[in-house]
Amino acid sequence: MKLLTHNMLACHIKSVKNGFPFKIEAVRVEEIEADFDPDFLRHIFPRIEYHALREAAETLGAGGLPEQADEASLEDEDFLRAFHHALLEVVLEEGALICPETGRRFPVAKGIPNLLLHEDEC
Amino acid sequence: MKLKELEALLQDVSPFERPKVELEQYPTRAHIAARMLYTVGNTYGELEGMVVDLGCGTGMLAIGAAALGCPHVLGIDVDADALAAAGANLAAIGDDLPVDLLRCDVAALGAQARLRADTVVMNPPFGTRQRGADLEFLRAAFRVSAGAVYSLHKSSTRAHVARVAAGELHAASAEVLAQLRFDLPASYAFHRHKTKDIEVDLWRFEVSSSA
Repeated sequence: MKLLTHNMLACHIKSVKNGFPFKIEAVRVEEIEADFDPDFLRHIFPRIEYHALREAAETLGAGGLPEQADEASLEDEDFLRAFHHALLEVVLEEGALICPETGRRFPVAKGIPNLLLHEDEC
Repeated sequence: MKLKELEALLQDVSPFERPKVELEQYPTRAHIAARMLYTVGNTYGELEGMVVDLGCGTGMLAIGAAALGCPHVLGIDVDADALAAAGANLAAIGDDLPVDLLRCDVAALGAQARLRADTVVMNPPFGTRQRGADLEFLRAAFRVSAGAVYSLHKSSTRAHVARVAAGELHAASAEVLAQLRFDLPASYAFHRHKTKDIEVDLWRFEVSSSA
């Protein structure tokens, strides 16, 4: 699971009000190389909750993102590179996603998060 | 990548080992997947943003979309075996294709308010085993996509799909791009004939921006 995917998921247990962002429990993290595509990065930026991305990246050991970023930051090549790396090149292979409200743990195995709910959570 | 190359790559995507009847797990044939994705990418230029494959199964459409240059694909399926097969297919290609996989029930996607793709491509269940499964996928696709939805539906349901798209889902447009012949292999024990041809429509829907 890349952090772009993480940034778009929330805990959807029925009683949970603030299920975003999942905290990350990292057991194994991998780095892969992804094509650097500035147009896509600029396109996807408005959909990203930046602070959640930055915090998740730091949890996975990928620093380098500034504390704040906005549309203007997208003109800066250094920022784009760091954003690209955090969003698309850091992969959680083994670990878990933890609901920030209830602490419910959703396992991530072989890179695949399991968000299936139990019957009493739907 | 040329159409022929894409089709050759997708020939190597393994189908389900033990298809599950209740989930209507039949594979998308490589030549159908390749033509479908070529249309999405080349005719409409809609593989340039984020793509979601709902009911991705063993990953045929997700892998094909990534191979055609899509920068981020998310394949979603409820079935762990299908996702394991998709993961193995991705590993076998070995090219670090930008595909993420997620285990989630399609019915639960309505609660994922932040999940927003530019394009949804999918080969949903036809709804023959579980009535309405096809439309449940279509509803979910309209929630997830900010742009277009490409989907395969039995031609016999064409009028009904058109009604749901226009009435309930407020599609900005709904068009059958092609009619395909699907040779459903005898995946299940109750299929007596070796293969069964059915007519399937390739639909393109545009999601209304105000929805």
